[in-house]
Amino acid sequence: MDLDKCIACGLCAEKCPKKVDDPYNAGLSKRKAIYLQYSQTVPLKYAIDPDTCLYKIKGKCQACVKFCPTGAINFEDQGETRTLQVGSVILAPGYQAFDPAALTAYGYGRIPDVVTSLEYERLLSAGGPYQGHLVRPSDHKEPRKVAWIQCVGSRNTTPGGNSYCSTVCCMYAVKQTLVTAEHLGRGEQSQTIFYMDLRSHNKEFERYYQDAKAKGVRFIKSRPHSVEPGPHNIGVKLSYLTMDGTKAEEDFDLLVLSVGLEAPKDAQAMAEKFGVTLDHHNFVKTGSFSPVATNQDGIFVCGAFRSPKAIPRSVAEASAAAMEAARALVEARGTLTREKTYPPERDVSPDEPRIGVFVCSCGINIAGVVDVKGLSEYAAGLPGVVAVENNLFTCSTDTQELIAKKIKELNLNRIVVAACTPRTHEPLFQDTLREAGLNPYLLEMANIRNQNSWVHQQQPEAATAKAKDQVRMAVAKVARDYALERGAVQVVQKALVVGGGVAGMTAALELAERGYDAVLLEKGPKLGGNAWTLNRTWKGDEVRPFLTDLISRVENHPRIQVMKNAALKTVNGSVGNFASQVEVDGALTPVAYGVAVLATGGQELQPKEYLFGQDRRVITHQQFDTMLREQAANLQKANSIAFIQCVGSREPERPYCSRVCCTHSVTSAIKLKELNPQMNVYILYRDLRTYGLREELYTRARELGVIFIKYYPDNNPRVFTDGPDLKVEITDPILQMPLRLTPDYLVLAAAIIPNAAQDLVELFKASVNAEGFFTEAHPKLRPVDSMVDGLYLAGLCHHPKPLDEAISQAKAAVSRAGLVLAKEVMQLDAIKSQVTEKCDGCALCLDVCPYKALKLEEYRDNGHAHRRIVSDKALCKGCGLCEATCPKEGVTIHHFTMDQLKAQVDAVIESLN
Amino acid sequence: MSDNFEPVILGFLCNWCAYAGADLAGVSRLQYPPNLRVVRVNCSGMVHPDLVARALDKGVDGVMVMG
Repeated sequence: MDLDKCIACGLCAEKCPKKVDDPYNAGLSKRKAIYLQYSQTVPLKYAIDPDTCLYKIKGKCQACVKFCPTGAINFEDQGETRTLQVGSVILAPGYQAFDPAALTAYGYGRIPDVVTSLEYERLLSAGGPYQGHLVRPSDHKEPRKVAWIQCVGSRNTTPGGNSYCSTVCCMYAVKQTLVTAEHLGRGEQSQTIFYMDLRSHNKEFERYYQDAKAKGVRFIKSRPHSVEPGPHNIGVKLSYLTMDGTKAEEDFDLLVLSVGLEAPKDAQAMAEKFGVTLDHHNFVKTGSFSPVATNQDGIFVCGAFRSPKAIPRSVAEASAAAMEAARALVEARGTLTREKTYPPERDVSPDEPRIGVFVCSCGINIAGVVDVKGLSEYAAGLPGVVAVENNLFTCSTDTQELIAKKIKELNLNRIVVAACTPRTHEPLFQDTLREAGLNPYLLEMANIRNQNSWVHQQQPEAATAKAKDQVRMAVAKVARDYALERGAVQVVQKALVVGGGVAGMTAALELAERGYDAVLLEKGPKLGGNAWTLNRTWKGDEVRPFLTDLISRVENHPRIQVMKNAALKTVNGSVGNFASQVEVDGALTPVAYGVAVLATGGQELQPKEYLFGQDRRVITHQQFDTMLREQAANLQKANSIAFIQCVGSREPERPYCSRVCCTHSVTSAIKLKELNPQMNVYILYRDLRTYGLREELYTRARELGVIFIKYYPDNNPRVFTDGPDLKVEITDPILQMPLRLTPDYLVLAAAIIPNAAQDLVELFKASVNAEGFFTEAHPKLRPVDSMVDGLYLAGLCHHPKPLDEAISQAKAAVSRAGLVLAKEVMQLDAIKSQVTEKCDGCALCLDVCPYKALKLEEYRDNGHAHRRIVSDKALCKGCGLCEATCPKEGVTIHHFTMDQLKAQVDAVIESLN
Repeated sequence: MSDNFEPVILGFLCNWCAYAGADLAGVSRLQYPPNLRVVRVNCSGMVHPDLVARALDKGVDGVMVMG
């Protein structure tokens, strides 16, 4: 397939005679042997499946070649081996879903109405086999009663299963229950999740889980032991035991198996090729303090190939791996960059519009439905239009040359392209304008393919009428286009890092090693933060040696300026060019920087409950770690130690999971059992959240005899003293009996709360969530960018997380910051707000601007004081909330001015007359 | 209102979501009535109430702001 020629018209697939199961829709629908992998694929190009293509397997057919209007298909094309010389390699092959066929008790493959979660995801999807109309496989009826079984293939040490937790399944199942409820709408329906521990540990996940509960989703703590088909092999019958041991049976219309994640099939082959060490699950082995580095220098890993994980952590790790890969390439940075040059731009502002309209036939994609000839003739009569061309493919190279030629010959100063969508093709035509000496913003596109001929295939007349309206609207708008300039900011190639814990230090060190100066602010007298209180990571590595080494490297790096007892007092400017005053011991120092990394950290909550602060035997994790470090002999003598989980977490006041505490308690319990196997160790928990590979620690703790007792938030443990004894009373949900423990020590797994950072929130105009953690620009796709450009987040200030995740997040933040720091001049977008002379300074727009890009200023004119707003081009994103708010057109958005929008509205109305 | 009434509907579509969705409907060949006219905007929040009033006032039958 020649990607330059393929216009994704889809004729090839329409004519291809070979239908095959569509793997993208989990085999639930058919596609052709020539196909689009999925409709949003980028680039939008068709591909040939060599395993099913009739010509490839039988040497006959080539229907696609015959019908392809652009000659994009070439069966002579051969695969070739290329040699690339690279400085670093990143392994990101992802995962494969667990195949539940081997676990026969669940009936997958035997019972039609048992599907995997991935299949179910396709059933729910608007792009899926039934266009998002939810039906079950057996009889294609809507399933009103759906069940999910969690941990299918995960947390399972029997043959055929994986012993680790797949991390993501709890949340995708909860999501699927809510999406199902939305699909089914009114009427009787129910969603039920059978789970072992509900692990909603990531940011905002606990709130989502509680919301699902409040909306009526049933959560049953049980692992159903058998699944049988319903009558006539329709629906399923589930058998399970409840917590108190009662047998239960229930019928469901559909059963979803929440399948886990596994290393890809070819993991071992890939690992051998690169000499990379895998663990016993075939995930790549990485260290606690170098989370994306493999055992081979220059080879890095990210995503699920390291361990199962959700999207935000995969994305953060990808940035971290990119940072590591780029570090080795610092010397070569920019050496392969080439700049394209353009002729000087012609000033068209004094001239009347001379508009050229180029109508694309797109082969028969448009011309097969819309009367392009009639459309072209119509366009020629529109005001300002001086030239109209109809092209077979307006995007082809020869048409670009034609457009450029026509611009010069006919002195055109505005261009309309009536073709496909500007979202994919506007940059191409803008470039053509630039090459012809016109400003790229003197272009409009009329989307007569994606939003017309493709969606009105059976109504050619109505489609043609609509196309005329679309072209008329585009002409009306383009006549009001004017040249725009992209602003530029001189970048201060230096970074500010706020917070001297492990996240902040890692960020500063990585910045310095990439060749940028960094100023590291620490509010206290010494670097290190919470890491001073930790003994070992969950993988068992000692924290102290790493910490002291990191501190000395940071303090001795020539590119890092460490400022202790420091406070940020002012922030001016925006991305690329910030200026601040930093106060140290009462003295102010100015600092200029292009980007900032916020790593202000968090702290352990001081509990108010369970006799904490009243009885010295009741301690927190951090205090326990100190005891373990300094008084291990005392601990060894204890007969009994109990842990209570979720102290301050997952409560109405703090509806989030602190993530590290379950693993912390489990590793502590293991340590105690190793010190003294006779000791009774109890962990009182709500859901045990040893996510990912940490699950094996939980298994090990149980093997060592640690006793885990579940409690529910409406029946918290009761702690009191009885004479000299410390007592913990809890109702065991399995025995349905109260238990009374007499521990020597009671360790509270206290919540992690963010350090106060209100001053920074105000200085940077950043935002925090209800609990005070900084919010990211996008929770999934931009997990380390803050809402403010040029400001990045790492560590506990973003959400509770273990050390390895804080480190990879800090590295990710540096990678993202590098996008700004790498260039001396940063180009800005041209579509920005512009204050007009009608602005009277009423300031209504100030509050609605989500980017805080508008300010009020006072000025004097003829001795009178006036007020008006000014817009900061570096902060403005051109969203136009100001434009929609202003009652007097005092502020407008380039390329989307009120004048232009009105002209488009009026152009629609013309068709009514 | 006659049986063959065909409304003209004006849509203000956010470039980043609804407009992209309309493009995707095209790629997926989902068919819908040809009564919608689209103004692409940089954000659905930029649609001034005056624009909606203007359209309705001059005879458009319905306005959708999608984002």
